[in-house]
Amino acid sequence: MKLSVWTYEGPPHVGAIRVATGMKKVHLVLHAPQGDTYADLLFTMIERRNHRPPVTYTTFQARDLGSDTATLFKTACLDAYNRFKPDLLLVGASCTAELIQDDPGGLAEALGLPIPVVALELPSYQRKENFGADETFYQIVRRLAVPVERSENITCNLIGPTALGFRHRDDIVELTKLLDDLGIDVNVCAPMGATPADIAHLGRAHFNVLMYPETGELACRHLERHLDQPFTKTVPIGVGATADFIREIGTIIGKPDLAPSEQSRLPWYSASVDSTYLTGKRVFLFGDGTHVMTAARIARDEIGFDVVGLGCFNREMARPLRSFAKSMGLEALITEDYLEVEKTIAELSPELILGTQMERHIGKRLGIPCAVISAPVHVQDFPARYSPQMGPEGANVIFDTWVHPLVMGLEEHLLTMFRDDFEFSDSAGPSHHAAHTPNQSVNPTAAVHQQSAEIIWLQDAESELRKIPFFVRGKARRNTEKYAADKGFAEISIDTLYEAKAHYAR
Amino acid sequence: MPNDLAPLGCGQAPVLKQRGQHEVFCGLTSIIWLHRKMQDAFFLVVGSRTCAHLLQSAAGVMIFAEPRFATAILEETDLAGMADAHVELERNVSELLSRRPDVKRLFLVGSCPSEVIKIDLATMAKKLSEKYAPHVNVINFSGSGIETTFTQGEDACLEAVIRDLETSDKTQLAVLGALPDVVQDQMLRLLTQMGIADVMVLPQVTSDTHSVVGPNTHFICAQPFLGASYDEMVRRGAQPISAPFPFGAQGTTAWLAAIADRFDVPQSTFDAVIAAPKARAEQAIAKVAETLSGRSIFFFPDSQLEIPLARFLANECGMVLTEVGSPYIHRALVGHDLDALADHVVISEGQDVDKQLDRVFDCKPDLTVCGLGLANPLEAEGLSTKWAIELVFSPIHFYEQAADLASLFARPLMRSDLLRVGDVA
Repeated sequence: MKLSVWTYEGPPHVGAIRVATGMKKVHLVLHAPQGDTYADLLFTMIERRNHRPPVTYTTFQARDLGSDTATLFKTACLDAYNRFKPDLLLVGASCTAELIQDDPGGLAEALGLPIPVVALELPSYQRKENFGADETFYQIVRRLAVPVERSENITCNLIGPTALGFRHRDDIVELTKLLDDLGIDVNVCAPMGATPADIAHLGRAHFNVLMYPETGELACRHLERHLDQPFTKTVPIGVGATADFIREIGTIIGKPDLAPSEQSRLPWYSASVDSTYLTGKRVFLFGDGTHVMTAARIARDEIGFDVVGLGCFNREMARPLRSFAKSMGLEALITEDYLEVEKTIAELSPELILGTQMERHIGKRLGIPCAVISAPVHVQDFPARYSPQMGPEGANVIFDTWVHPLVMGLEEHLLTMFRDDFEFSDSAGPSHHAAHTPNQSVNPTAAVHQQSAEIIWLQDAESELRKIPFFVRGKARRNTEKYAADKGFAEISIDTLYEAKAHYAR
Repeated sequence: MPNDLAPLGCGQAPVLKQRGQHEVFCGLTSIIWLHRKMQDAFFLVVGSRTCAHLLQSAAGVMIFAEPRFATAILEETDLAGMADAHVELERNVSELLSRRPDVKRLFLVGSCPSEVIKIDLATMAKKLSEKYAPHVNVINFSGSGIETTFTQGEDACLEAVIRDLETSDKTQLAVLGALPDVVQDQMLRLLTQMGIADVMVLPQVTSDTHSVVGPNTHFICAQPFLGASYDEMVRRGAQPISAPFPFGAQGTTAWLAAIADRFDVPQSTFDAVIAAPKARAEQAIAKVAETLSGRSIFFFPDSQLEIPLARFLANECGMVLTEVGSPYIHRALVGHDLDALADHVVISEGQDVDKQLDRVFDCKPDLTVCGLGLANPLEAEGLSTKWAIELVFSPIHFYEQAADLASLFARPLMRSDLLRVGDVA
C-alpha cells in the first residue's frame, strides 16, 4: 500500500483509452464498475473533445459479482459491436475487473466477431498510464502491421501521439511540415488519427519517427525487428535536438546533408541583449523523462539557465534520466510522490519551475513561477492557438512560454534598487503577470527557519535579509544559517549575512 | 438490456428502469465536497490508482491547498497476500496522522477493489479508533462504484456518522445533508426566527459539537440522496419529517412548513418569518423564468437531485419536462416532488447511456442536464447542456438562492442565443 495525495499518472487502462480515443474506427470494451466512466471527462473536458471516447464500460455492480459478470461482458461487447461497427475491437479490464478474473480476451474471442479483437493485459496494480498506452499500441501494431512493399518516395511514420497528450496535436503538424521541408512524406501518423487499415500499412514507410518514447517505443522496437524499419532516437524538442534529429534522419536515409529551410527564432532571441537577464536563472525541472531531458538541454544550452535539479515521475525513464542528470552534475529525483517533489523544490528555491500541472500548484504555493513542459496537464494547456513543442516553431513557443513568467530585464534591477516602493515591490511579482503573484501566506522556508531557532537573527540582519529578492531569500537565509552554525555563531548580524554571501559566492 | 416498465404508482408515471452503461461518478466523488465541509476530518480511500486518479480528475486538480483526502493505493503485494493489508493500512494511517496532527475524524473509505478483495475496514476502523482514542475517531464507509453512485457517497458517510452518535432523549430538529456554509446559516436563521433553536446539522463541521440522536429527534433531509441515512435515523428512533425539497420559493416554503407543523410553530409566526424572503425569491425567479418558460429540458441521471429540480423548473419556472432520469429513486424522500410532476413526463431510473442518448436525440430538448463526459459531445451535436456536477457544488437551496438556481439553467440557453460563431460541430 502506498499513501498518495496526487498522482502524476492514471491507471494503465486510461493509457488504453488514450490510444483508442486517438484512433479512428476502434472501440474499446472495458470491464469496469460504475464510476470508471470518469475517464471520459478527461477527454471531453480537459482536451475539449467533441466526441465521447469510443469506450463501453460494462458497469458491473455488487449484485452482479455473485452471479454472472462474464455474461454482462459478452452482452456489452456484442452491443458495442452492433452499435459502433468498429474495424477493431480492444477488450480489457480496469483494476476491479482484473480482480474478478473474467478473461475479457477469451470471452470476446468466443463471440466470433468478424473483426480483429485485441485483448489487453493491463496490470493495474503494477503499472501506470504511460505503460498502458505503450502496451496497447504495441498490441495493435503486433496484431495488424504486416510486411508490405516500401513506398517509392521516402516516407516515415510518426509514432507515439495519443489523445490527451501534451501538445501532441500541434507536434504532429509541426513535424509533418518539417519533414515535408526535408522532402520526406508522412505515411501514417499513429495512434493519433490512424485507422486499423492504416496500421496494416505502416510497413510502407522507410523509417519511424518515435515522437514520444513513453507511448510509442514498444511499437517502434517491434517494427524495427519485424518490418526492418529503423526509428529515430532523438526527440526534436529544442534547436539543438531538432538539428540532431535532422542529422539522424540524414544518416538513416543516406542523405547526410539534409537541411531545413526554416529556422527557429530562439537562437537570436536568446542572443539578443534583453535576454542577458536570463543568464544563470536557477531552474528546476520535473515531468515525464522525455520532456524533462529535452527541456534541460534547452534550459542550459539554449537559454543559459542554471539547472539546479531535475526529475521524472515515470520509472521507465529512470535509467536514462539518471545518467543524463549525472552528465549535468546532478542527481535525478525519480518519484511519483508529489510531496517529495514539493519538498525538493522548497529546498532548492529555484527562480523558475519547468514542470507539470502539479508543479504549477507547487509553484503557486511557494511563490515560484512555473511553466508547463509535460503531462499531466490541465485544460489551459490545450490552447486554441498553434503551440507545438517540437521543431522550429516548438522552440519559439518554448522560449516565449518559459520567459513569460519571469521578471523582465530592467524591471529586475529596478526592484533591487527601489525595494521599498509600496506598489512596485518584489512581492508583487512580475508586473505583467498577476497570475504568478507569490502567495505571501505560504513561506517555503518557515520549517527551515524553525529548525534553526537556536541561532538568532538580529533585527537589522533580518531587515537586510528582506531586501534580498524573494526568489533567492530562502536560499540566502539557509546559507547564512549554515555558515553561522559552521562557525559556531549564536547570532546573525549584517556582517554575518555578507560574510556568508562572500563565502558562498561562485 | 430490457427496458421493463414497472409502474411505481406515484404521480401515475411509469418508471423506465435502465440497466446498462452508467455514465456517472462513483460515491468516492462525494469526498470532493465532504472534505471541505468537515474541517477536522480526513478521508483515506483504500483503493487503486484509479480511485486516486478519479478523485483528482473530478476535483479538476483545482484544489490548491493540500487536500484533506488521500488514497492508500493497493499494490501487487497487497493482492498476492504477501503483505498483510491490516498492517499496511496501520502503517499508512500512522504516517498520515503524524503529518496531519490536526485530524480528529479519520474516515476509512472503501472502494471497488477493497470490497472485492474483502478488506475488513469496519474492524480496522474500530481497532484504529481504540489505538488513537481519544484524539482521533476512525469511522468507515464505502464509496465504491459497485455499491454507490456519486452523491450516495455522502449518504454512506452520513449513515456511518449517525451510527456513531450517542443516544439521547433530547428534543431537537436534525437536518441531514452537507450544505454550503452561507446556505446553512440562512436556514438556521429562518428556523431560529420560527422559534426552533435546537438544530443539529449533519455532517458536523467539527466533531467538537456534541451531537446526539434519539426518539425525540425530528429529522428532515435537505438533500434527496440520503436514503440510507434516513433509514439509519429511523433505526435510531428518530422521527422523519416529509416534505418537498427546499428548491425555489414553493419548495422552500413547503419544506419549512413541514418543520413548522411538527414543532407547532404558530401560523402567524411562520407567515411573518417567510413573508419577506419568499416574496424576494418569487420576484427574482420570475425574472429568470422569462428565459426558461416554455423551454424543454431533459435530465440524464447524476446526483439524485433531478426529481426535485425538475419540480422546481416545471412548476416555478415554466419549463417543459421531457425525461427526468435519476440513478435511484427513493420514494420516501422524493415522493412529494415526484407527485408534483405532470404524468406525461418520462421518469427513468438507472441508465443505459447509449439508449438514453438515442432518446435525447429523438426529443431534441432545449436544454440537457448531464455529466461532464457527455456535455461537450452533446454541445457538438447542437444541444445546449448544463453540467450536472455544478448543482452539487453551488449554493442552490432555500429562498435567497432560488433565482441563482434558476440562472444555472438559464445561462447555457442565454449563451447559445448570444453566440454568433457559426457551426461548431
